[in-house]
Amino acid sequence: MEAIVLQILNGLDKGSAYALIALGLTLIFGTLGVVNFAHGALFMIGAFCAVTLSKILTLSHVVIDATKKDFLGNPLKVEVPYIYDFVGENAGNIIIDWAVPLSILFAIPIMVLIGFIMERGLIKHFYKRPHADQILVTFGLAIVMQEVIKYFYGANPIPTPAPEAFKGSLDFGAMLGFEANSIIYPYWRLVYFSFAAVIIGGVFAFLQFTTFGMVVRAGMADRETVGLLGINIDKRFTIMFGLAAAVAGLAGVMYTPINSPNYHMGMDFLVLSFVVVVVGGMGSLSGAVLAGFLLGILESFASMTAVLETLPGINQIIIYLVAIIVLLTRPRGLMGKAGVMEE
Amino acid sequence: MSIIKPTRRGLLRTSAVAGAGLAMPTIFTGSASAYMNEPTGSSVTLGFNVPQSGPYADEGADELRAYELAVEHLNGGGDGGMMNTFSSKELKGNGILGKKVEYVTGDTQTKADAARASAKSMIEKDGAIMITGGSSSGVAVAVQALCQEAGIIFMAGLTHSNDTTGKDKKANGFRHFFNSYMSGAALAPVLANAYGKDRKAYHLTADYNWGYTTEEAVRESTEAMGWETVNAVKTPLTQTDFSSYIAPVLQSDADVLVLNHYGGNMINSLTNAVQFGLRDKLVNGKNFEIIVPLYSRLMARGAGENVKGIFGSTNWHWSLQDEGSKAFVKSFGEKYGFPPSQAAHTTYCQTLLYADAAERAGTFNPCGIVEALEGFEFDGLGNGKTLYRAEDHQCFKDVLVVKGKENPTSEFDILEVVEVTPVEQVTYDANIPQMGGPEATLGDCNPGA
Repeated sequence: MEAIVLQILNGLDKGSAYALIALGLTLIFGTLGVVNFAHGALFMIGAFCAVTLSKILTLSHVVIDATKKDFLGNPLKVEVPYIYDFVGENAGNIIIDWAVPLSILFAIPIMVLIGFIMERGLIKHFYKRPHADQILVTFGLAIVMQEVIKYFYGANPIPTPAPEAFKGSLDFGAMLGFEANSIIYPYWRLVYFSFAAVIIGGVFAFLQFTTFGMVVRAGMADRETVGLLGINIDKRFTIMFGLAAAVAGLAGVMYTPINSPNYHMGMDFLVLSFVVVVVGGMGSLSGAVLAGFLLGILESFASMTAVLETLPGINQIIIYLVAIIVLLTRPRGLMGKAGVMEE
Repeated sequence: MSIIKPTRRGLLRTSAVAGAGLAMPTIFTGSASAYMNEPTGSSVTLGFNVPQSGPYADEGADELRAYELAVEHLNGGGDGGMMNTFSSKELKGNGILGKKVEYVTGDTQTKADAARASAKSMIEKDGAIMITGGSSSGVAVAVQALCQEAGIIFMAGLTHSNDTTGKDKKANGFRHFFNSYMSGAALAPVLANAYGKDRKAYHLTADYNWGYTTEEAVRESTEAMGWETVNAVKTPLTQTDFSSYIAPVLQSDADVLVLNHYGGNMINSLTNAVQFGLRDKLVNGKNFEIIVPLYSRLMARGAGENVKGIFGSTNWHWSLQDEGSKAFVKSFGEKYGFPPSQAAHTTYCQTLLYADAAERAGTFNPCGIVEALEGFEFDGLGNGKTLYRAEDHQCFKDVLVVKGKENPTSEFDILEVVEVTPVEQVTYDANIPQMGGPEATLGDCNPGA
């Protein structure tokens, strides 16, 4: 029983990441009709926004400490962050400690800007081209972005810890009346899950309850008619691209304390996120979220010891297996509507 | 105007002439060189095959730095590094056998096929006389087999799987780095001392060659001293979030987690295990412990604070105080500004060992090199007295048991050496089952050509 609860919890945070990335993917596909293979790279860039901000905050000048020696026996060069000079050592340490949450503010404008540049500068020219061309160009763009990050930050993962306050884990078992220490869950993963829920809720509210959102939804359903009504739908879709980039970026920022980011992390999520979009139904926002959590939880269950003993290797194929079953029984995905994306 | 009519006789005559003409170059080269890529000019070319892209690119970059340093020293530049402390005094700083050392590099991408392609190109196009490098056992085994067929010496870089000098050993291949068996044998007594003999271990193992041999080695050596293995689960190499594999560990009654992971796998699984509070847990009245059999300082950096207090093993560490290590750290540190990694150390050693073997053999002929290296005993390269064993071309030397440092003083000061396990304790018979048993043989040296 404890094992099942724990795997559901595990699936929830994994699902949060899938859902956030898939949400942006399906948003872009639904509005612009573009299959964006660079979306995983946007997630990765978001994570590196957090890395960059903590690097900026710890930017240091060198003070020579003659009492200590470095590895060659020369006087030790101690690096003192500039931030100590501005706000003092204590306040400086607190700011450095909170680098990841602070990166949210740092990442939003950067991600929106990157989204705009990507859409206006490159993807715009591929709207009328076949999907295969779009996939090739966005995949190429993803590789370029990866290599740029690797050039500046190296290939090894860079540790970006959560603030001290969120270290450690919650004894969930004791709260639910199980034995103490039977269900342990790290605080930061709970933060991640809650954060994802807020973002997903925010995006839905934005599309559901604002005039802008209404126009965008109308445009997704029938672009031509909205255009004939004299509404500049292209401009709004560009803004949606920026929004989708920001969602992916924020998912990346908050993910950094869970796993140290490296240049390749986007690709690891990209393929799975595509499966999530397809299972959820192309262009369906709620489908993407539902499928994200569903596949996240299923993936967690598949790596349980008891399951692996009866079905060895199931953990590696479960997601694709589910995708095949869903597509065979519901060819439009879980929540795909007839007529959407079928010309 | 005449029409040339093809006749049977004419055809035979022309083909005979054409055939002789075609065969000519091989007849000439065949008699001119006794072995593959024999250097005829005033220089000799070495092929450095390291991961320059992909997840191990940073390790590859450090290997390349060490190779460049070794070439500089061999050609008489710099301060000579470990050439001054090396017990064999054949190297004079005038290249190898009087020929200036040049090098070409290839990118393995940490993929066996890419590594074979780049090695092949360096051998065939650039005329490399020796191939060295690599940061993965899959790559090392593949390239070693290629070099055996081509008649080229392969000096393995960072490869830790038993198979490189076990099941898949080759006469033309040599490994200075230690292996899974040695890690297990060195770690077990230290673990028994620190954590007791009554422990239940849970293994998470990377699902490839190196993972299997490491799990096997650690299991055998810990079980031999009384530990019980509760479970061993294989994890996909591409896995990034290990939380769903960590959760069952919490549910089991294991009190030790062994992470047979390397590189990104190790960073993520260790980080996840610490996040899930495994290290604060009490099981069977004992503190829960985590073990990482193979440590790499470059990689451990990625796990940040999570490595503190965690045991593992390593081939070499820059904080060692013997003359060889000090000389190497000094020349590397002064050239690049930071201490070398164990990957850099083993590749530097391999280059010197090759050069020295050629000097002693008086030839670049692979069979001469093999003879010079087999059973070669040396000292002064940072690991104490070392033997290149003739039976399997594996170096036998002391193994370092290390622990994540509690209070690091710099970004390089991540590991501390807890024990230097003497070589006798990690020596094994070349025919044990873990090494492929008696069926695994080196075969004959191949000079190519």
